[in-house]
Amino acid sequence: MLKINNLHASVEDKAILRGINLEVKPGEVHAIMGPNGSGKSTLASVIAGKEEYDVEEGEILLEGENIDDLAAEERAHKGIFLSFQYPVEIPGVSVTNFIKTAINETRKAKGLDDMPANEMLKLIREKSELLEIDRKFLSRSLNEGFSGGEKKRNEIFQMAMLEPKLAILDETDSGLDIDALRIVANGVNKLKSKDNAVIVITHYQRLLDYIVPDFVHVLHNGRIVKSGPKELAHELEEKGYDWIKEEVNA
Amino acid sequence: MSKYTEDDLREELKTKEYEYGFYTDIQSETFPVGLNEDIVRAISKKKEEPEWMTEWRLESFKIWKEMVEPEWANVHYQKPDFQAISYYSAPNSKPKYDSLDEVDPELLATFDKLGISLDEQKKLAGVAMDVVVDSVSVATTFKKTLAEKGIIFMSISEAIKEHPELVKKYIGTVVPQKDNFYAALNSAVFSDGSFCYIPKGVRCPMELSTYFRINQAGTGQFERTLVIADEGSYVSYLEGCTAPMRDENQLHAAVVELIALDDAEIKYSTVQNWYPGNAEGKGGVYNFVTKRGLCEKNAKISWTQVETGSAVTWKYPSCVLKGDNSVGEFYSIAVTNNYQQADTGTKMIHLGNNTKSTIISKGISAGKSQNSYRGLVQVSSRAENARNFSQCDSLLMGNECGAHTFPYIEAKNKSAKIEHEATTSKIGEDQIFYCNQRGIDTEKAIALIVNGFSKEVLNKLPMEFAVEAQKLLEISLEGSVG
Repeated sequence: MLKINNLHASVEDKAILRGINLEVKPGEVHAIMGPNGSGKSTLASVIAGKEEYDVEEGEILLEGENIDDLAAEERAHKGIFLSFQYPVEIPGVSVTNFIKTAINETRKAKGLDDMPANEMLKLIREKSELLEIDRKFLSRSLNEGFSGGEKKRNEIFQMAMLEPKLAILDETDSGLDIDALRIVANGVNKLKSKDNAVIVITHYQRLLDYIVPDFVHVLHNGRIVKSGPKELAHELEEKGYDWIKEEVNA
Repeated sequence: MSKYTEDDLREELKTKEYEYGFYTDIQSETFPVGLNEDIVRAISKKKEEPEWMTEWRLESFKIWKEMVEPEWANVHYQKPDFQAISYYSAPNSKPKYDSLDEVDPELLATFDKLGISLDEQKKLAGVAMDVVVDSVSVATTFKKTLAEKGIIFMSISEAIKEHPELVKKYIGTVVPQKDNFYAALNSAVFSDGSFCYIPKGVRCPMELSTYFRINQAGTGQFERTLVIADEGSYVSYLEGCTAPMRDENQLHAAVVELIALDDAEIKYSTVQNWYPGNAEGKGGVYNFVTKRGLCEKNAKISWTQVETGSAVTWKYPSCVLKGDNSVGEFYSIAVTNNYQQADTGTKMIHLGNNTKSTIISKGISAGKSQNSYRGLVQVSSRAENARNFSQCDSLLMGNECGAHTFPYIEAKNKSAKIEHEATTSKIGEDQIFYCNQRGIDTEKAIALIVNGFSKEVLNKLPMEFAVEAQKLLEISLEGSVG
């Protein structure tokens, strides 16, 4: 699905990623953990194609294809989805209108016609039920005045609608109370299949109780310094990140 | 991986050329340049006007000669040389036609290019059109249906001949000849325009629609529109404009007067897309318009405008709320790009008791343009319980444009309730990236954000106009595709 080889990336000449190697196969859930400033969110943005990051070395392959030269929207068309840590507001554009546009633009890129209205409606109904989303919510302006929980649920709703191959959840747990966390995590679990993959970026173990990873990677100073099974997350929760830093420096 | 920065956005905005830039070669009859009493008389004679009209024009001309061009607006331009303009130009192919087959094929091709061919428009249910090309009305449709209801919808030149009593009674009552420099000029030299009368208690069954064009090099266009809604009647009037690309500046000074008698309602919607000048700020239309409506008891006037064109815009569609319980509304989207300058807004004059006004203004600035909202809410000492709500939002694209708000409030009655809200925002790279990440390219993303920003106003437009307006917003702001 996703293969990252020796990825180096910088922003404004400041090196942030210094040689990332990662392979994610269909059906897998990978957790990327690490202290603040280790490069977690940068990695998510670089995979999604945010323009302010310069890729200086290495490559990102999606299903064997190098996507380095693709614009963010082209990567999205190929099935990459990023759940934002801080989803932006777009006043006057309803959740429904936004997702409709996103779906139809993706279809257009694939040479398909717009999704028929009744089909769209059915899909919206189905996915909003899955995520326990109130229909009224869908007519509100995108993220405007949304609570932290609503914003994240809206991200997962869009993910459900777009059915990506690779979903990257960037700090989806931040700003969520325990109930909202459970709803969001349940949503992700329901959407998981043997054909898609999920990368969960998080600072805390908490979310991983609900979305159980197959692999846990620890990011430090722009490198993955340790990888292991899900138990690694518990170890990090207990011992913090300092022992990893020491291990790396030793 | 493609980069997208503020610079790219600016670059992209710069490259959008005017889509409707072309010039139709129709034989015209044009007056020599310059303005004096003889020219005013000649215009009146050409149009076979009665004596009272000629006198009214001459009086206006005298007033105009004594006036100076206003300079208070937040716009800077080379003042037109009023003696270098030809004040009359009419397509030669007269007389009027009964069917489209008789219309100059060149003209029809022009409409085709604009995507507003009469054929297409005719098919659009419920739209009647009085098409104005270069000042003279050349085709009118749906006249019969309207006539059955007693509705008069014709060019103002015809109305002066056929319904002099109505024109004489109302012309200049809302916008007096001496109102301002451009209104005085228009009163002296107006070439043509539309006239509309809705009889008592009649609800006009269709949207009345006029397309204006400026089509002859160097001829200023001076439209005069008069809409009278008699007691208890209703009319929705659409005005849409495009103009061909020209290098020299073209002057446009229109006057629109609306009269809503007791319990009547007028909805007046405008889409204005005149040539805005090129990316360097060369050329473009000067649009100096005076639009005002008078509301008698329980009457309502709604102005809705989408202004995307013209190099310089000076325009304040206003409502005089004379009658008790009358209502005035102003919904506006003004887009400026490159070197365009717009100074636009409204005046709500509360004279009657329990009068209510609403102002929603959305300004979108890009490029090096300047976009100003200027509004006046005035409550007279005798107007009890007047209410106003104003909201002025500005959206900026890039770092070189300007958005300004000049709200004036004059309340002389203590019972008045006046609210004013204003916001300024900027299209952020984060918003664009968010859309990109969902598969929406930058051009579409900007359209989406701008349409969202303008939604409250777009919703006020009649359906078929709203679609056209959205298209215009996209054309005005986006980079050319492919």
